[in-house]
Amino acid sequence: MSIHRLLARMVLAVCLALGATLANAQAQTNAPEALLKRLVEAGQAEKTDLLKALSETGDERARGWLEAVRDGKLAMIEDTGALVIVVNNRGRDWQIADALTGEDLGEMSRRDLQSLRVNNALRADIEGILSVIDLTVADPGQRLDAARNLLGEVNEALATQLQARLQVEDNGQVRDMLTNALAIYQVEQGDVEAVATLSGSLNPTVRAALNNAVNSDDPALAAAAEKALASIEQKLKLNRAAETLYFGLSLGSVLVLAAIGLAITFGVMGVINMAHGELIMLGAYTTWGMQQLFPGQPGLALILSIPAGFLVAALAGIAIERSVIQYLKGRPLETLLATFGISLILQQLVRTVISPLNRTVVTPEWMSGSIMVNEALSLTLNRLYVIGFALVVFAGLMLIMRKTRLGLEVRAVTQNRAMARSMGIKATKVDIMTFALGSGVAGLAGVALSQITNVGPNLGQNYIIDSFMVVVFGGVGNLWGTLIAGLSLGTINQLLEPWAGAVLAKIMVLVLIILFIQKRPRGLFPQKGRAAEG
Amino acid sequence: MATSQTWLLRPFQERSTQLFLGVLFAALVVVTFLHLFMPEDSALHVSAYTVTLLGKYLCYALLAVAVDLVWGYLGILSLGHGAFFALGGYAMGMYLMRQIGDRGVYGDPVLPDFMVFLNWQELPWYWQGFDMAWFAFIMVLLAPGLLALVFGFLAFRSRVTGVYLSIITQALTFALMLAFFRNEMGFGGNNGLTDFKDILGFDLRSDATRLGLFLATGIALAVGYVVCRAIVTSKLGRVSVACRDAEARTRFLGYRVERVQLIVFVVSAMLAGVAGALYVPQVGIINPSEFSPLFSIEIVVWVALGGRATLYGAVIGALLVNYAKTVFTGIMPDAWLFALGALFVLVTVFLPKGIAGLLQKRRQKDDDQPGAQEATA
Repeated sequence: MSIHRLLARMVLAVCLALGATLANAQAQTNAPEALLKRLVEAGQAEKTDLLKALSETGDERARGWLEAVRDGKLAMIEDTGALVIVVNNRGRDWQIADALTGEDLGEMSRRDLQSLRVNNALRADIEGILSVIDLTVADPGQRLDAARNLLGEVNEALATQLQARLQVEDNGQVRDMLTNALAIYQVEQGDVEAVATLSGSLNPTVRAALNNAVNSDDPALAAAAEKALASIEQKLKLNRAAETLYFGLSLGSVLVLAAIGLAITFGVMGVINMAHGELIMLGAYTTWGMQQLFPGQPGLALILSIPAGFLVAALAGIAIERSVIQYLKGRPLETLLATFGISLILQQLVRTVISPLNRTVVTPEWMSGSIMVNEALSLTLNRLYVIGFALVVFAGLMLIMRKTRLGLEVRAVTQNRAMARSMGIKATKVDIMTFALGSGVAGLAGVALSQITNVGPNLGQNYIIDSFMVVVFGGVGNLWGTLIAGLSLGTINQLLEPWAGAVLAKIMVLVLIILFIQKRPRGLFPQKGRAAEG
Repeated sequence: MATSQTWLLRPFQERSTQLFLGVLFAALVVVTFLHLFMPEDSALHVSAYTVTLLGKYLCYALLAVAVDLVWGYLGILSLGHGAFFALGGYAMGMYLMRQIGDRGVYGDPVLPDFMVFLNWQELPWYWQGFDMAWFAFIMVLLAPGLLALVFGFLAFRSRVTGVYLSIITQALTFALMLAFFRNEMGFGGNNGLTDFKDILGFDLRSDATRLGLFLATGIALAVGYVVCRAIVTSKLGRVSVACRDAEARTRFLGYRVERVQLIVFVVSAMLAGVAGALYVPQVGIINPSEFSPLFSIEIVVWVALGGRATLYGAVIGALLVNYAKTVFTGIMPDAWLFALGALFVLVTVFLPKGIAGLLQKRRQKDDDQPGAQEATA
């Protein structure tokens, strides 16, 4: 065996000497197949050049070959000299495929195969070549990813290639990324002017490179890098603020969703419904139930849950109104106690009938993932949907209250019950409808919440105090107040969280509201006129 | 001095107070007798476990009296009285913690175990002084009293009443619960304060100490009841009932409504604190769950079941509900929340005046029998 190899090497050496002199003359042998063949016979030093030439042919198979070489899976059948790619190299017999056609050649004893040897230096070269190959694919998204992978990985050889690539690249984003990759290399080499290119980037690798540059011996470079870092920090701060705002709005819209139903039952009807949180929970469990009904179609189930959750919660609301609340009219404190009892019963009912443990609700594909605005800021889609949903629900409620017959009657009964009844409005029916509407909206909140928190028996409890706070903060009986209060409380909470921690932030918001109510006992937007006296 | 004496002694002339105190002391004597002098195997023997359980009920009864004082006579439905109860409990817990000394798991002479565990080097400032019983006992009154003073001052001054006040008291106890759950607060976080050894030098595990605590709780309940009756029958109490029924009118008559509310609220918070302080050595632990809004609202339902604005009704309600809770959670734990929830609904819808209301109705019926003209309340 070793003699064989020795002989082969000697032959190779001779070939090399010949090949090197003939290389330029043999332009026709630059066909991919020929290059591949030469690769097997070439020495380590020449392999890189050959591989590069291979990648430059633009052949679609080049990527597969390069990967095979990198993984040591390109081999030659000793008898025939045919090139194969080893698909599976476990055991004695290896599964192989033809390198040129990709045809499955079955298994062959590993003794009959001669693998191409690679060392680490070559492997690194191949990585570089591969990323350059990726820079030439048609899909700009893939090109961008490839360019991003090059950040901080550029060496001298790659730098020249990148410069060539920059001449032909037509996508702006990819160009920027490539310029950055190149600039990082130049900064590493001590180029002061390249620092200016990097100053706008938010990429962590860029920051790392600049941080290195700050510690460099060249004072001019260090100063420039420091300046660039400062401008990046400024930009990052803005992005972080945008992110906090987004989280704040998202939390706020959840609060709005949870509280808006309460704003109707508490604010408009004056009924304290402590079971409101459990109506939210029912909505969330409806989503879970729908997903059990339509296994494998979480998206469809979720969309169907919107009307279903509304209905379930609305029916539960009607049941509560008819069985308890109607007997406690004008006794808000007793209503509070009775509905609290109902909330305990509903919680325990879910624990006993379904499970005391949390249920998993699947997030459909079109709701998962995130939108990347830039390197430092990406927005999760499910929260974006919840924000949108909250706004839609709010707009819908506003329309119902302002533009429909029901809304008119509700407002009439709220403002003067006796007068409304004498005008022929059936006050009892309006009560039922209003309560059903408020409860149904709680169900909608549950459907939305099922996408961002755990669905369990305690789901409602976690939101009831917050919801009341939002309604009270916004001003009872004012839907706009609820919207603004919910969004601002959510944002304040998120603003406090980074330096106070989640729990402390929540405590501070609660204390803030308690203090605020001292100043303005009737909330941000108090009701005016006669309705306020009720 | 003379006036204050008559003020405090007035309740003793009432038949209802005499009856209440008579029943209470009779119960204390009977339990003590059955515990000490009945042989262990006798069916009439009251075990030390039962004595402690009864002591716990009496703490709850005192707490219910405190809630009834503000809800029944001032019209303020506090959903945060658990916070005052827990603060009193924590003050007592801190004293008991310091009494452990170097007998803790880590054997540190000053720092409680959980602080050693958290790697704290020295006692936080607010733990200073709790090794002295007198200081701790003052704090039992002062801590809840101060919180009630500040909170009440802010709330009543800006005329927050009714449902709003209920909701912000609930937010208050919720915020405190979250705060006490944090380890950084220095109150043992999740686990709270526990592993107590002795109180005033008496071993907490001995039967004699348990009986002593039970009797102390009974006496505290009696004193609390008399103080509440004294307040209720005084001029202050009559003004506070006026505030309850027509706040604006009382204000227009020239009374400083917010002062009346503040005084009654603070007294009630202090009573709740005392109840908490007596509760902790008997159950052997205090943790943030006492701050939970559910507990506070449970207290309210004890009072509602017993009948508000009667004080003795609150005691009956607290004893009944907690006895039921012990029985239910023993036999079928799942059913307890159903039962409690149903209790909330049934009492408010069908029994708005509670058990005391039923008793009064019967008495009125007896009185009015010949007249047949029934007073509908």
